[in-house]
Amino acid sequence: MRTILFLLQKEFIQIFRNKTMLPIIFIMPLVQMLVLVFAANLEMKNIKMKLVDFDNTATSQEIVSKFKASPFYNIIGYSYSVEEAQNSLIDNSADLVMVIPPNLEQDILNGQSPKVQLLIDAINGMTAGLINSYSSMIMLDVNKDIAIELMKFSANQQLKQISIKQRFWYNSGLNYKHYMVPGIIVILVTIIGMFLTALNIVSEKEFGTIEQINVTPIRKYQFILGKLIPFLLVGLFDFALGLFIGKLLFGVPIRGSLFLLFSFAFLYLVLVLGIGLLLSIISDTQQQVMFLTFFITLVFVLMSGLFTPIETMPLWAQRVNIINPFAYFMKVNRMILLKGSGFFDLIREFLYIGIYGIISIVVAIRLYRKTS
Amino acid sequence: MKALEVSHIYKTYNDITALKDVSFNVAEGELFGLIGPDGAGKTSLIRIIITLLLADSGEIHLLGKDVVKEYKYLRSRIGYMPGRFSLYSDLTVLENLNFFATVFGTSIEANYNLIKNIYSQIEMFKDRKAGDLSGGMKQKLGLSCALIHKPEVLFLDEPTTGVDAVSRKEFWEMLQELKQKGITIIVSTPYMDEAEMCDRVALLQKGEIMSIDTPQNIINEFSEELIEIKTPDLYEVKEKLRLEFGKNSAFMFGQSIHFSTSSKSKSKELLNEFFEENNFNIESVNIIEPNIEDCFIKLMTKDS
Repeated sequence: MRTILFLLQKEFIQIFRNKTMLPIIFIMPLVQMLVLVFAANLEMKNIKMKLVDFDNTATSQEIVSKFKASPFYNIIGYSYSVEEAQNSLIDNSADLVMVIPPNLEQDILNGQSPKVQLLIDAINGMTAGLINSYSSMIMLDVNKDIAIELMKFSANQQLKQISIKQRFWYNSGLNYKHYMVPGIIVILVTIIGMFLTALNIVSEKEFGTIEQINVTPIRKYQFILGKLIPFLLVGLFDFALGLFIGKLLFGVPIRGSLFLLFSFAFLYLVLVLGIGLLLSIISDTQQQVMFLTFFITLVFVLMSGLFTPIETMPLWAQRVNIINPFAYFMKVNRMILLKGSGFFDLIREFLYIGIYGIISIVVAIRLYRKTS
Repeated sequence: MKALEVSHIYKTYNDITALKDVSFNVAEGELFGLIGPDGAGKTSLIRIIITLLLADSGEIHLLGKDVVKEYKYLRSRIGYMPGRFSLYSDLTVLENLNFFATVFGTSIEANYNLIKNIYSQIEMFKDRKAGDLSGGMKQKLGLSCALIHKPEVLFLDEPTTGVDAVSRKEFWEMLQELKQKGITIIVSTPYMDEAEMCDRVALLQKGEIMSIDTPQNIINEFSEELIEIKTPDLYEVKEKLRLEFGKNSAFMFGQSIHFSTSSKSKSKELLNEFFEENNFNIESVNIIEPNIEDCFIKLMTKDS
């Protein structure tokens, strides 16, 4: 026990004396939160729209005015040539071209269904999807109005229809920041924990200091605990800092129990540090371990559900996510913060992360050899 | 009791043989030298003895204990200073020393007596980071850290490589002092002149021990007459001598050539004749006493 204390003392002296490590620990959370949360914006505003209206009737004007009234659309010009309008898609001056066919009003009155064409720049599939769904919603509105109009003409009676009233639970303002912040905090804590642990042990190998440690009576578990505890504390500190910034700057709610949240963060960090430790044991240089860690975090982050929900991923990807620690913590973090979920809602996550953590540490201790 | 008994150690890395049937003993309190060129297997041998590396076959008993089975017992009783500086560069001199004292469950004060003469030379820099020390001071700190737990056996892997001549001399004086205090010391070095400072030396080449003896006995075994030749045309003369008397007959030694042949008698007369025939510009030709380097060079070139 005393030995571990001395090892901890040594690690902390080294951390606080390291001129690159300190800023990473304190400034990285701030920068990540500020930059990533603002930059990773999932809302669409100012969709640039070009209009080709061959009809030019009251009905077509009504359609146009609906789009004009929406805060998302910005009509950048009119044209009477589809080809010219398409060119503005090509030169990127428009995101969307709407073509209203001739005789639109006429056709409606004749009981036919004319077709309005939307040409969407789908280089970014995600924005294209958003534009499509926004536009469809507006067109639905237009259709409803037309239907009402027609009813008035024909029978002069009230139109009965089912109306949908939506309420968005857990994030009533659909504030994407409340969705992003918990995810970004997870990435932050993971990067700090995994990279710092992995780099620290490999640097002992590179500088040869591990050679001197290996001939001392320090036991394997003491050495490993001496390495893990400091970064566990640093990770928890950064987690708290991230939550604090999230609450203060973005008003992210903390609906669940903080104790539960930190308990999960603790288990999660044990796992992440264990992975960092494993990577550092199989690597010989800081360069190798950097690339390995980078590769693993990148794959896991992309699959974790930070940007796209896991439920929409193909089945194989959902299966891979069973071993993806990011996915668990992101889910748990969002559920506790936004939904206020309790322990019994998260038993599965606690269990899996706990088991993975134990496995990673045990394997790391077994693989780490003082004798080669 | 023998402090160290090494018997029939073999070690290979993939297909390369690092150590081949190495056996030797070191007595308690002895200052034992492992001498050999780079790549001879010195570091591998030391790492096997101090439980950091496993041999392919063979047995080693250190302080009477098997190094494979009782490594836990041994690790607190041996001191090791690797060839490369391997203390924490970002910790200060005092912090390093304190750290290694505490992980061995002791304190600087408890064993200060042992390191006093060495540590006092760097004590004025005790708050300086170890990485900012000069080469000689790093080495003194390394030695202090290896000694702080009062080891019974001290292993030094090429401690004087890359150290200036004055510091080297000082370093060997420190080792002599430690020996006086009863510590068994095993030191490896590529510098043959340092062999004379050891009680006994083993000459290691290509993973095999060529000879183990006291430095004096090794010198005594040099049976031939050794002649020192001084000339401005060192290289040319050496090459000519090798052509005439065989390639192991002449070696450069600083600003002179050392020459010996197995045709024992009258080699000096023989040489003078040879030089006159070839019209060499020779400054002097003298019979000298061989030193240990001559002996090693002869031993090492005997087979080739």
